Amino acid sequence: MLRNLLNIDTWQEAANSIGKNKFRTIITVTGVFWGILVYITLSGASKGLDNGFEQRFERVSPNSFFTWIQGTTIPYKGFKSGRNFSLKLEDVNFLKSRIKEIKYISPAINRGVFGNGTTIIKRGSESESYGVYGHFPAILNISDKEIYDGGRFFNQLDIDNKRKVCLIGERILNDFFEEWEEPIGNNITIDGEFFTVIGIMKFVAGGGIEKDSDIWIPFTTFQNLYNTGERIGWLSVSAHDEYDVKIVEEKVKSLIKYKYDVHPNDKSAVNGFNIGEIFDRIKKFAKGLTLLSIVVGIATVFGGVIGIGNILLISVRERTKEIGIRRALGAKPDEIRLQIIIESVTLTLLSGVSGIVVGSFVLYTIDFFTKNMSDFPYTNPTVPISNIIGVLIFMVVLGSLIGLIPAQRAVSIKPIDALRED
Amino acid sequence: MIKLSNIQKSYKLGKNSLHVLKGINLEIKEGEMVAIMGSSGSGKSTLLNILGILDSQDSGTYFLDSQEIKNLDETKAANYRNKFLGFVFQSFNLISYKTAIQNVALPLQFQKINRKSRQKRAKEFLGMVGLAEWSTHHPNELSGGQKQRVAIARALVTQPRVLLADEPTGALDSKTSYELMELLQKINDSGETIIIVTHEEDIASMCKRIVNLKDGKIVEDKHIKQKLASEYV
Ligand SMILES: Nc1ncnc2c1ncn2[C@@H]1O[C@H](COP(=O)(O)OP(=O)(O)O)[C@@H](O)[C@H]1O
Ligand SMILES: [Mg+2]
Repeated sequence: MLRNLLNIDTWQEAANSIGKNKFRTIITVTGVFWGILVYITLSGASKGLDNGFEQRFERVSPNSFFTWIQGTTIPYKGFKSGRNFSLKLEDVNFLKSRIKEIKYISPAINRGVFGNGTTIIKRGSESESYGVYGHFPAILNISDKEIYDGGRFFNQLDIDNKRKVCLIGERILNDFFEEWEEPIGNNITIDGEFFTVIGIMKFVAGGGIEKDSDIWIPFTTFQNLYNTGERIGWLSVSAHDEYDVKIVEEKVKSLIKYKYDVHPNDKSAVNGFNIGEIFDRIKKFAKGLTLLSIVVGIATVFGGVIGIGNILLISVRERTKEIGIRRALGAKPDEIRLQIIIESVTLTLLSGVSGIVVGSFVLYTIDFFTKNMSDFPYTNPTVPISNIIGVLIFMVVLGSLIGLIPAQRAVSIKPIDALRED
Repeated sequence: MIKLSNIQKSYKLGKNSLHVLKGINLEIKEGEMVAIMGSSGSGKSTLLNILGILDSQDSGTYFLDSQEIKNLDETKAANYRNKFLGFVFQSFNLISYKTAIQNVALPLQFQKINRKSRQKRAKEFLGMVGLAEWSTHHPNELSGGQKQRVAIARALVTQPRVLLADEPTGALDSKTSYELMELLQKINDSGETIIIVTHEEDIASMCKRIVNLKDGKIVEDKHIKQKLASEYV
């Protein structure tokens, strides 16, 4: 058997009989082709999605979260529901000193986005409304911020002296400055006050919620400018690596609820956004998609392989006479069987490989057209080579198994009866 | 070379059974050219198929080249057919998608002979039947006579001990039939044992011995003076 398997003639014969009826061969292989195509495309796409989200948030420490206050929804300790309050600067030390899992914590506040107020930003005759954010330098420990050469982030001195310095997003640069102008050291007006531009923030998909048209100023300057007092908008918190960020988030939220007399079961009063959790969800979704691709792929491939088996049965019946002739001339049953099995495996592989090729092409095409869409989290869709090899092995096994049926049929008829056939 | 003793064969047809061969005794020596004659349905093909190990007898013994042929599994039977026997059929039975030379080379392929030697041998045998120029043609490009010559080349390419032909001229006109018989006579002259099933008197008369079959029995077995096919052509 092995000797026949390695014999070029056996393969030649199989190739001949496959090549004889090209139209039928194409019909035969479409089933498995679709199955593999679905598998490759879906699982590649889910990987692309996975990668895409990973890239989008790669500048944000994965074990970090944001938390902010919304209206209460449960009356508690004499307060009605619907109460609004704000976090305060003192909460930073309060939380940090009580929750040892916190690695970094940085308060921030903003205006002009999320429905709180509007801003008027001007330079010369240009006027626009952008989001203005008050931050501490500590935010850099939690989410990275890239600044173009020549610029800088604000530092403790800026904070202490409430300096009117700002970083602007690269879109503002384009909106307000001419090509040849040097923005660094130049002024813009934020709600009537002159601010010196000290840096241009590079926009990279990967900063999470940020946009390319934000203005960042020192937190203390923000306090002065908008008279926000001790109020803060939200806290960015990162946990030490050894702790589960979800648990730390819960701890922080509970402590805030405790401090501000919020009902412990009030789910939405203290809100949060946990990168890790989002990650998990995306990962789960991607996993689900991968699983789906496997299930659909396998089901379709099964159907396709059964189709191949059926077509081979028909083809074997049509070749009854030829098989009879071969046997009269001395072909052994094993050789006949092997040839049919090789035909089956070849057909299965043929369709599988074309599915892989076309699937890869589809993935490549999607990737190509979405490369420059920053809103579309889809990067580098790939199917691991080990999976491809697994798929090919799976097909060889299935192809051989299904081939056994027509192979047996081919030799079950006696040569003399086969010869009588027309 | 061949020794049949009391060969019996019946076909089952539902509940009934059709007794086709009713005790055939026959001995054929090396180098003979035997015609098996008889009317249609007399059991000629059945007998030839048993001789060719394409079918098996119900009872009786069959010695081929002093080996008893019985209880062969399909692999062994295929081996015997390949090594000892060559077949020529009325309907040629060439493989349509293979060229003449590929058809001739096929039995050698089953012997695992390498491609080069196969090609060489096949060419040689195609030349012997006068079709060297036709080697790359497909069967549908050949005339009936040419097809049968290809079939004869294919049957002989393994240099079998016996050539079995079932109505080899049945599908050919008489001129072509005689040409074919001339070829078979030539082959027989070179020492090959040939058994031809036919119901045509003139074809039978070109053999050296006529075995007459009637109702599953041999009713006549005579050596004759062979008529030379070349005189008719
Ligand atoms: N496979 C078979 N099954 C049933 N009957 C058969 C079969 N082969 C041949 N016969 C019958 O056996 C008889 C002899 O057939 P055959 O040997 O082919 O005769 P011949 O070749 O002399 O015309 C015929 O009556 C035929 O119908
Ligand atoms: Mg007959």
